[in-house]
Amino acid sequence: MTGIVDSPGLHARELSAGYGERCIIDELSIGIPDGSFTVIIGPNGCGKSTLLRSLARLIRPSGGQVVIDGRDVAEFGAKELARRIGLLPQTSTAPEGISVIDLVSRGRHPHQGPFRRWSAADERAVADALHRTRLTDMSTRIVDELSGGQRQRVWIAMALAQETPLLLLDEPTTYLDIAHQIDVLDLCTRLHREGRTLVAVLHDINQAARYASHLIVMKQGRVLAEGAPSEIVTAELIDEVFGVGVRVIDDPETATPLIVPRAPGIDYPKKEENT
Amino acid sequence: MSRASSPTAIEPRWPRGIRPIRLGGLSVRMQLRAWMVSAVVVIMALGVGAYSLTVGTAGYPIGDVLAALGGHADAVTTRVVVEWRLPRVVFALLGGAALAIGGAVFQSITRNPLGSPDIIGFSSGAYTGALLVALFWTGSAVGTSAGALAGGVLTGLAVYLLAYRRGVSGMRIIVVGIGISMLLGAFNTWILTTMRLEQAISAASWGAGSLTDIAWPHVLPLAIGLVIGLPLTLLLSADMTMLEMGDDIGRGLGVRAEPLRMALLLLGIVLVALVTASAGPIAFVALAAPQLAVRVMRTSGVQIVPSAAMGALLLTASDLIARTVIAPAQLPVGVVTLCLGGGYLVWLLASFGRKGRT
Repeated sequence: MTGIVDSPGLHARELSAGYGERCIIDELSIGIPDGSFTVIIGPNGCGKSTLLRSLARLIRPSGGQVVIDGRDVAEFGAKELARRIGLLPQTSTAPEGISVIDLVSRGRHPHQGPFRRWSAADERAVADALHRTRLTDMSTRIVDELSGGQRQRVWIAMALAQETPLLLLDEPTTYLDIAHQIDVLDLCTRLHREGRTLVAVLHDINQAARYASHLIVMKQGRVLAEGAPSEIVTAELIDEVFGVGVRVIDDPETATPLIVPRAPGIDYPKKEENT
Repeated sequence: MSRASSPTAIEPRWPRGIRPIRLGGLSVRMQLRAWMVSAVVVIMALGVGAYSLTVGTAGYPIGDVLAALGGHADAVTTRVVVEWRLPRVVFALLGGAALAIGGAVFQSITRNPLGSPDIIGFSSGAYTGALLVALFWTGSAVGTSAGALAGGVLTGLAVYLLAYRRGVSGMRIIVVGIGISMLLGAFNTWILTTMRLEQAISAASWGAGSLTDIAWPHVLPLAIGLVIGLPLTLLLSADMTMLEMGDDIGRGLGVRAEPLRMALLLLGIVLVALVTASAGPIAFVALAAPQLAVRVMRTSGVQIVPSAAMGALLLTASDLIARTVIAPAQLPVGVVTLCLGGGYLVWLLASFGRKGRT
């Protein structure tokens, strides 16, 4: 398979970005470790989506640069970049009446030219992406008729068909119930084990701590902590970032940090009273 | 790291009617149903067109028409068939296709079946241009065409610029367009009331959209426009399809969203303008043809070639009705398409409401 570079070396140097006049992230420098499953967390409006969107070149930075393969992303052609970075944005619209396999096939667009619309490599990549997301049996189903979690898998399959060494996911679990959240995160873990570099924005700190190999904690456009979850997640950090008092205990399943919000002086309903 | 297909990956099934075809460097996924139905629709359009040649104040059997086309008929038959009826039929075929392509492009950009040139102010703008030229300069056909072109293109530009805010969104184009369209509509009515009677009558009949006065000189620019515009649109159509899923997804797949939108908008406006300049604003073909094509050919999203085929059939059939329904008098074709399209629009809005989509 062509175009897959194994060490994307994605990083941001003194990156500033925002919408219009308002600067959301300011002179931020981070590196995404190759082969990591990096998760970005932080309170609402801290700039985590802005950072992810800047990494994917959806936002033009007002200062600094994003570098991949040793080159500024601004220098890449549109399709050239799309062969390196796959993206799962927060919102996307499935065309009415489109089948699963048709939608996944659209992930091949960056590899196609005006007259080369469906090569053998395209066919193989789509079969592979469907297989990895366990959608092969649903290939002819209509996307509108799927459940929210299945639909999210279809969009991930589309990004997989793009065959990029890097995959950026903007809140891939939002609006999904717990079963589908785990489904999507387990899928991410499998993709990570296969060698892809993943960067995801997540809301749930415990899920982030459980699944991430590298965690980036942001507040007000700055990075407060960066590293393996077990090394950086402390009660002090969570209090500083989210303003919530918590206890950090070991996740009984995975031994990763698990935060439990403190309950000082509030009369929570007691179980015994529910008769 | 191995990312080759795992041995367990089995071949997924495709929906019926889609076949991959590879010939050397060329490869496509053939949508059999869409292509077959398109071909049938084109044949139907040609059939309606051929039938149109035989009917009129003087009816000619098909044999006479063929003789006239071959150059073997008498002078009168040749004049009626080749000089009068043929350009009108050819214009209806090409014009319907051009309007439909314009409509498909607009609907794709706005991601909304209502995003057609007639809804977003283009037709009103073209009419305003034609009226202003008639009022202040000349009532000649060339003047009207030039005025309509300028009016339409300027209105399109104005809508784009007013809707622009770090890129344009479909809904903003539609809302701004409807606003401008109403404004211009009021303005047009006002101009009509200030005109002399005969001037106002001729302006109003142009404004309804009519193929009555179409002759060969009108067909040529349209044909040239289509020969250039259709391949260009097809070349951009893959990118256009990607952008329908949202700007983020589209750009993630390597589409340069804003330049593409500009180019497509320009193509759509020019194609619609070429028809409007000669025939006046013909309502609803641009709106209805792409959506009818989607429903009949069961494609996901609007597609260029099926839309063009449907547009050609729609306008040719409408013109046949316009010529024959109150014969010997003729209706402007715009009235027929308005009646057909109005009903369709009501149905579209009603089904929109039922689905609870916005």
